[in-house]
Amino acid sequence: MALSLTVEKLSKSFGARKVIKDLSFTVSIPGSLGITGRNGSGKTTLMKILCQLVPPTNGKVAIREGEAEIASTDCFNYLKMITPEMALYEMLTGYENLKFFSTLAGVRLDHTEQDELLERVGLIERGDDLVLAYSSGMKQRLKYAVALLAKPAILLLDEPTSNLDDAGKAIVREIIARQRSEGMLIIATNEAEDLKQVEHVIRLDN
Amino acid sequence: MVRKYLQIGLFVLLAGVIYFSFITPAPQQIIGEASRIFYYHIPMAWLTVVAYAVNLIYAIRFLKTRSELDDFRSLWSAELGTMFCVLATISGSLFAKVTWGVYWTWSEPRMLSIFILLLIYGAYLSLRAAIPTPERKGIISAAYSILAFPTVPFFIFIMPRMMLSLHPADSVVGKNLHFTMGGTVLAIFLVSLFSFTVLYFWLFGLGIRLYKVQLSRSEEA
Amino acid sequence: MSSGWTTKALAVLAKDIRTELRTRYSLNALFMFAFTTLVVVSFSLGQLSLGVQVLSALYWIIIFFASMSALSGVFVKEEDAKTAQTLRLFARPSVIYAGKLIYNMLLLAILCALLTPLYVVFMNVTVPDWPLFLVVVLLGIIGLSGATTIIGAIVAKANVRGALFAVLSFPVLLPLLVAAIGGTDAALVGAGWAGAENHVKFLVAYAVIMITTSAVLFDFVWNG
Repeated sequence: MALSLTVEKLSKSFGARKVIKDLSFTVSIPGSLGITGRNGSGKTTLMKILCQLVPPTNGKVAIREGEAEIASTDCFNYLKMITPEMALYEMLTGYENLKFFSTLAGVRLDHTEQDELLERVGLIERGDDLVLAYSSGMKQRLKYAVALLAKPAILLLDEPTSNLDDAGKAIVREIIARQRSEGMLIIATNEAEDLKQVEHVIRLDN
Repeated sequence: MVRKYLQIGLFVLLAGVIYFSFITPAPQQIIGEASRIFYYHIPMAWLTVVAYAVNLIYAIRFLKTRSELDDFRSLWSAELGTMFCVLATISGSLFAKVTWGVYWTWSEPRMLSIFILLLIYGAYLSLRAAIPTPERKGIISAAYSILAFPTVPFFIFIMPRMMLSLHPADSVVGKNLHFTMGGTVLAIFLVSLFSFTVLYFWLFGLGIRLYKVQLSRSEEA
Repeated sequence: MSSGWTTKALAVLAKDIRTELRTRYSLNALFMFAFTTLVVVSFSLGQLSLGVQVLSALYWIIIFFASMSALSGVFVKEEDAKTAQTLRLFARPSVIYAGKLIYNMLLLAILCALLTPLYVVFMNVTVPDWPLFLVVVLLGIIGLSGATTIIGAIVAKANVRGALFAVLSFPVLLPLLVAAIGGTDAALVGAGWAGAENHVKFLVAYAVIMITTSAVLFDFVWNG
């Protein structure tokens, strides 16, 4: 039942430009990993490869349950990512976004559970407003609620605290702390404060 | 060395086709001299289809292998196919003027199918041009190539039957052409078909060799 | 692929309908485009009495151009709003494809329901064989959305989408248009089922081929 994420001899190039070269590591549950490196060093690309959203040029990424490898087309069921490159539906309310994504994830959320999620990210009063009317920080918070509703075993955070005020940062720290002890956490960031939260750090610099 | 001899062989064959296609009697008496275009038009049309088939095969392969070389093969065959398709359309149009009195008619299924292939090739190349990232170019254009494929047999096999129900026999194409393929005509035609096919594969291979050279140069740099 | 699959596909459909009702992003454009084209055609040909063949061709030409104005929206919107990336982490591609396909079918069905009466009035058409007419239109809608939904997904990955959508769709849709015009023609002439048999059979085959091919290719396009 122990879930692990393994990266084997991974490399990624865009045309002639090699972004990631021969990278290998393993993270198991419970565990946490930080990925850092200057802008353009391939942090976001690596995160996308880990989510199977982008294929690597060479090598592979595998999620294993004990010894059994999970088919790459099923991986999305085990992980969720929060990144500035993703968005929620602006023409739906906070509640409607939660409901829609929980149906897609195959999770049944009753009203109290939805409230709990919104409470946790501090959006309980704005749940019936269209996301269109949210500030960028609030949108970021709602993304956390949506990602957490699926209770993912692996949580990937790309620039987790950008855009957030102090209250928002505190909420994210709480989520990070809980995910680190109960599941797997991977953070891509350049914030020294965020990197203190993880056990291991990989530096992407070539 | 072998390659050199094959090139000379191809040159001799094509030169022979051109020479004999003009000095022998015209292949079709009613149409007369202009019917000689048949030695060239049919190979062009045939290679349009062959090039699309090659494009399709490498498109499918690329979706599995994701190798840039397969994507290039697919693209290069489409580019060659476009060239043959333009030649086939022009020569077909001239042929139509001489036989049926018009440069273009929509009720001839073979003309229509060549024209559709021209549209598909054009769409394929514009799609590639409109996608910025190289990886995506390959995947998306391969998908389009596969999606458009079923329309080709439609125009060749199904369309004539449906048009029959629309237009009775009085269409422009009433006068069907019967080539009595005598010995010489058949021989020249087959040699022409063969040597143009070899020409296509030679050009195809040439492009790939060039691509590989450029690739290894850019890796050295 | 259990009942959960259907629920999810329907959730995608319901989400799109809800957003559409709030924004009227595609329906207004689709209908107004079709209506304007119809009026332009009717106005400029007003004095001429048109043959049945021309009438059925015009009907499908209007539908073709109207769909070119709106049907790629389902994917273009998701890519532009960056919600496509989120969807990829929550659902299988087939779920998304099914939801979007049904959405486009509904959109076209509504368009035809609005357009057909106006068409009959403006173009002064008499339809002797309504059942056949409706069957041909319905099959045409299924085939049209079957082919264009995946092309919408293809176009969403490219630039200059508006022009590209029509360029990519036309060669693929031409067989459908030929058969649909033929079938409509048969219904307007009153040729009966026997007269439209080939066209109806072909429309069914076309829809089946396009939807199966798209279902296979969609994974590549969506994740590409």
